[in-house]
Amino acid sequence: MTIQFLGKTLKNPMVLASGVLGNSHDILERVHKNGCGLVTMKSIGPKPRDGHKNPTVIDLGCGMINAVGLPSPGYLNMENEWNDLEKRDFPIIASVYGGSVREYQMVAEFVSSKKPDFIEINISCPNSEKHGMIFGVNAQSSHDVVSAVKNVIKVPLIAKLSPQALDIGEIAMACEDAGADAICAINTLGPGMVIDIESKMPVLAFKKGGLSGPMIKPVAVRCVFDIYKAVKIPIIGLGGISNGKDAIEIIMAGASLVGIGSAVKYGGINVFQKVTDQMDTWLRDHDLSYEDIIGAAHRKG
Amino acid sequence: MNTITDQKHIMLRVEKKVIENPTHATLFFAHSLPFKPGQFIMVWIPGVDEKPYTISFYSKERFSITIEAKGIFSKQAIALDKGDLVGIRGPFGNGFDVKPDEHVAVVAGGCGMAPLAPLVEKLNKNTILIHGARTKDYILYPDRFNIQRLFCTDDGSLGHKGVVTQVLEQQIASGKQFGMVYACGPEIMMYHVFKICETNNISCQVSLERYMRCGFGVCGACVCGSRVVCKDGPVFDSAALCEMKDFNTKALLKSGKEVDLSQYFAWRCKP
Repeated sequence: MTIQFLGKTLKNPMVLASGVLGNSHDILERVHKNGCGLVTMKSIGPKPRDGHKNPTVIDLGCGMINAVGLPSPGYLNMENEWNDLEKRDFPIIASVYGGSVREYQMVAEFVSSKKPDFIEINISCPNSEKHGMIFGVNAQSSHDVVSAVKNVIKVPLIAKLSPQALDIGEIAMACEDAGADAICAINTLGPGMVIDIESKMPVLAFKKGGLSGPMIKPVAVRCVFDIYKAVKIPIIGLGGISNGKDAIEIIMAGASLVGIGSAVKYGGINVFQKVTDQMDTWLRDHDLSYEDIIGAAHRKG
Repeated sequence: MNTITDQKHIMLRVEKKVIENPTHATLFFAHSLPFKPGQFIMVWIPGVDEKPYTISFYSKERFSITIEAKGIFSKQAIALDKGDLVGIRGPFGNGFDVKPDEHVAVVAGGCGMAPLAPLVEKLNKNTILIHGARTKDYILYPDRFNIQRLFCTDDGSLGHKGVVTQVLEQQIASGKQFGMVYACGPEIMMYHVFKICETNNISCQVSLERYMRCGFGVCGACVCGSRVVCKDGPVFDSAALCEMKDFNTKALLKSGKEVDLSQYFAWRCKP
């Protein structure tokens, strides 16, 4: 199947979630070749940032908890990567973050000049004191940052939302109203915490971290369901998607594309191809098309 | 505390510490690991940091890691002693493809001996170990292996005065037929081992190091070209190395910034 998404043709509806692997052209290309229609670069910030000290990522079996803390070379220090990406033959999302509306704007304007296919603004990261989630849990600040960025970029804008919003539909509406071309939901859930009882210490160096993987899928499905009801723009649905049936489920909640992050651990890099094949099989067995099932859960009962 | 059956983190107490030399110590843990030579674990010192270490010894009852005191973490790690609590995740990575029936050479530089030690113990008695260090005092496990061992030191205090690659070349020139060469040590050393092997049409496997976070192939901190060192590696064979343009050239800093390897090691080895 090929998919049309905001004027681009994608080989399938699979998306590599931001913050997973997207550190270089070569690894993004490898993910694309392993069955991922659209790959997202690691979030790009205003200044060089190391992220948090380890432990930053812990597997919990039912998913993982992470506080990597938005490491970034800083938007002005990525020339090698941009040079490599200029010659790419696959579509990319560039994810950006900032500590103020002005910083989001500055980073996004520069990144737009490097011609990614889409820009995602991360207004939902729970692992940093000053960045991200504080913008995404309030409709007015979401509106402010989206409209400021929309004014200065030349590629479609995707707003990445946090499940922490009291009413995620309302946030999505504010983003749509401010000019967002699509919504991506959800970022990691939380923050949560894991304490090691032997040392009596939180395991993550940052103490708190976002939850991802199978344990958050019901929250992701509910969020996408609420967003689909609230807006007309397309949704990239993600959060705990590990197999074809999970993908079908979140598409039925209203997603047009399906993101994968943590499942790279459980399924390997070719998890994208596996999930696509499982989806295709399910659709064929049920004599349905991909378009038939987008938002299907809203049409019954 | 249970046997590790998955990759979740568990807490272990140091069973004993062996001081190897002025800068190296080995920490033993009375714990069974489902382990393959060349694999690594993430070692957490609560309140300090978490870093990857390859296993330097293992049996059914215990395993060890060998630490070189270099930076903030390793200086704390080397100061640990019997009874101290450490968090462990893993084992992670692919490990060496062990060829017990081949006549092979193992090339170790400095602390690179640590991941190679459990491998050497799985190879046959005809294996040649070429082992380099700064001086005689810095040779790890001097009495451990029952195979031919060719030493090499910077100051000539033990064996050949010079570098391990010279000894490897001499061995090949003298007509030794190696079915495989395994190497671990400074990346420049491994690069030259790889080049020598390519010239002489010998397969090789080397174990790479990059800054790591998750250890299981998700976060991308350790990418080297299109390869993820913690998951696809840390051991890479000749075929993978041929395509890996970042081998001996580039690495990512903690921020994800791509830099020349010299800049990367200057940061990694900062005291």
